[in-house]
Amino acid sequence: MKWLFNKNEKNYPDYWLQYNAHFSEPKLTDINSSTYVVLDTETTGFNYDKDRILCIGAVKIIDGYIDISTAFEIYIKQDYFNEKTVEIHGLIKNERIQTVSEEEAVVLFLDYIEDAILVAHHAFYDLTMINKAMERLELPELKNQVLDTMFIYKATRPNTTGLESKKKYTLDELAEHYDIDLSDRHNASGDALITAIAFIRSVHFLVKNKNYTLKDLFNCK
Amino acid sequence: MNMMKNTIADRVADFIKNFPPFDLLDKDQLLDISKEVKIKYLDKENVIYNINDPLHDQFYMIYKGAVKLKKYINEKLETIDQFDEGDVFGLRPLFAKENYAITSITEEETILYCIPIEMFHPFIDHNKDVRQYLIESFASNTENPFSNEFQKKLLEDDVKLDFTKDMFEMQPVRLIKNVITTKQSSTIKDAAKLMSDNNVGSIIIEEKECPIGIITDKDLRLHVATGNYSISDNVSKIMNHPVMCYKKNITIAQAQITMMKHKINQIVVTKDGTPNTKILGVFSEHDIIVMKGTNPSVLMKAIKRSNSTKELKRIREKIMMLLEGYIQQNIPLTHINNIIFELNDATIKRVIERCVEKMDQAPPVKFAWMSIGSQGRKEQLLHTDQDNAIVFENTDDDHLEEVRTYFLSLAKKVNKRLKIIGFEFCPSEMMAKNPKYCLSIDEWENQFSAWTRETEEEELLLCSTFFDFDNTYGDQALITQLTEHIIEITKGNLIFQSKLGACSLRNPSPLGFFRQFLVEQDGEHKDHFDLKKRAIMPITDAGRLLALHYQIININNTAERFEKLAELMPEDQELYYSCAYASKALLKFRTKHGLRHHNSGRFIALAELSKEEKMKLKRCFKAVAKVQELVKLKFNLKNFI
Repeated sequence: MKWLFNKNEKNYPDYWLQYNAHFSEPKLTDINSSTYVVLDTETTGFNYDKDRILCIGAVKIIDGYIDISTAFEIYIKQDYFNEKTVEIHGLIKNERIQTVSEEEAVVLFLDYIEDAILVAHHAFYDLTMINKAMERLELPELKNQVLDTMFIYKATRPNTTGLESKKKYTLDELAEHYDIDLSDRHNASGDALITAIAFIRSVHFLVKNKNYTLKDLFNCK
Repeated sequence: MNMMKNTIADRVADFIKNFPPFDLLDKDQLLDISKEVKIKYLDKENVIYNINDPLHDQFYMIYKGAVKLKKYINEKLETIDQFDEGDVFGLRPLFAKENYAITSITEEETILYCIPIEMFHPFIDHNKDVRQYLIESFASNTENPFSNEFQKKLLEDDVKLDFTKDMFEMQPVRLIKNVITTKQSSTIKDAAKLMSDNNVGSIIIEEKECPIGIITDKDLRLHVATGNYSISDNVSKIMNHPVMCYKKNITIAQAQITMMKHKINQIVVTKDGTPNTKILGVFSEHDIIVMKGTNPSVLMKAIKRSNSTKELKRIREKIMMLLEGYIQQNIPLTHINNIIFELNDATIKRVIERCVEKMDQAPPVKFAWMSIGSQGRKEQLLHTDQDNAIVFENTDDDHLEEVRTYFLSLAKKVNKRLKIIGFEFCPSEMMAKNPKYCLSIDEWENQFSAWTRETEEEELLLCSTFFDFDNTYGDQALITQLTEHIIEITKGNLIFQSKLGACSLRNPSPLGFFRQFLVEQDGEHKDHFDLKKRAIMPITDAGRLLALHYQIININNTAERFEKLAELMPEDQELYYSCAYASKALLKFRTKHGLRHHNSGRFIALAELSKEEKMKLKRCFKAVAKVQELVKLKFNLKNFI
């Protein structure tokens, strides 16, 4: 039983060690100067154990700019096929998109995110899927701080008591509220961009109207 | 090869491609730019840059929201322009090194696309249209669009376009898009049959839409008729390959040189100029000969030689084709104007010449045929009405009517033939066949004196048409005398001048028009816009008035009048240059729209205008507003508007 052995860090691959090194020093945290990686994943389904990541899309926010040159988009080869896989497989085949193995995807992803703050809508889901992939590679979980646009958006809403407080806002609702073009909805990269714009606008609102700090953002529940 | 997909950059490209100047770029270029874009969110009333701030390393396009540009005018910060979705601004770093000259502030919540200057520079350097658009755009956003800096930029561009001597050679070739092709597997016989069925001298061997070989009549003669190959052999046996390919927009001169150099008579144009991309069209030596048919010097010769009205009518149709080509190629208007004017002028001259010959006797006295109104100002590009008049030498009272009868019958012939050729009759009968406008020099002088002495509505209209006259045929001395008379009677005649001034202010400049249009989206302004009444007439009237006031003679063209005014009065140079520019731009605009809709181009449907066109118009309206302001002050018409 693996977890009984306190695994020596030296047994981890280099890419993990490099990733891990980013966290050796505590970092200065400021809402404006932090680097955020806004991401979305597409998966074969909703079962954390059985299903797999098909695609990861992400883009960085650096100094308040969504920087398109940092766009990250990888498609992962699948051994397991279902309806969703077939659909995305068609896309990969038709557009001749390069695919990578699950491990290659993790290597690229860790190298990309470094110690940035991860942002996603319903972040728990995406992060769990990624951590499950890491687990299969016998790696520890991601070490990055995480923000969920669902909770951040919720904090911008007037009534957060009663029924409203239990409401789960979808990305579509955010997009509608902020008048964001939905043309790439349900494509990981497209959703990442929508999430990034919604994130910036929600945070801006909270800083301006409620004097939010980064710490307050992490406390959004 | 498998590719990395970049959905986010694709999304950015999908947006920017809809707006100028990005609509001038191809897909790969758009994607390259999109990959480097940064997206910035800004709250309402947020400063993007301030006056005197150091230049940013990026310029901006509005993805969502609106931005206003502000500048100090008389020590007050005033909004000089407003932008909304799809507009580009902050272009200064592309063209100048000094700090920002205006402030830009968000008007509402705004999302900007920031485009890095460094990566965009090559597109400005290599794409003339992109450069032209951005320069215009930049110039229209500064208070001082005619400063030396931009003037130089604009001129540089004009120099590249100014191929005065041999315009024809510099035209891009007109591609034949219906290309006859066959596959590598077909036989020589099949290919030859296709060629003769389609009556072409060559055929392209194509694979996946790319040209892999070409066979011409010559090859059939050389390889097949000699018996070296059989007609049942494959085309690949005799085809020439690789195929000489060129990019779009190759000029006639380049095409001719290439054909001579490689001893070929056909050029294949592909997407990227190599045989590895899609065939776009072909162009042969024969096509050059056809194109030469619409060359101005050939047309001019044809006009001078022509012996029938029918022939002149046909030539005129070719002139219209030439005009359309020039407008499409965006050749400077001064140039277009000169050529079209000369051709029209030659046509009218030829008609008069032939009619004089047809008369039973030679003209009893000297006379001159005057073109008046827009043709007199050399501003008639499209078919508009014919406005003309005759002036003849004084004669004793006994013979006056006899002489007039002669010229009236000449005029009748000329007017009729001009109509056949395509110059419509003037609805207000301002034509030489009208006895009111077929007068001796004394009669004209008296008429002009009367119009300027007691000036009512009708006289103002008459003056604004008849004072712009140009000698088309006949005795120049008569014309000069008449010009001098006008100068004499209007000199110091401030009452007349201020009436003319008031008349020119009757249609206030439509500045701010589009702003309203942008706000009231579902509104009453959906209507057509009267370009002639609201922009062309006010600036033409102002030009005429100022020319009279400053005694500028022998210049009728509005742009030239303003250029002369700029020369005479350096203190208002900027304003006058902007008016000269505006009058040219408006005329070009009208011509473009007229050609597009086969009408006079006078009424413009707002919904149809592109952002670029609106921007150009806006800039012209600024000039109209300013010159009206000047007329108001100069002729003491403060109470007028």
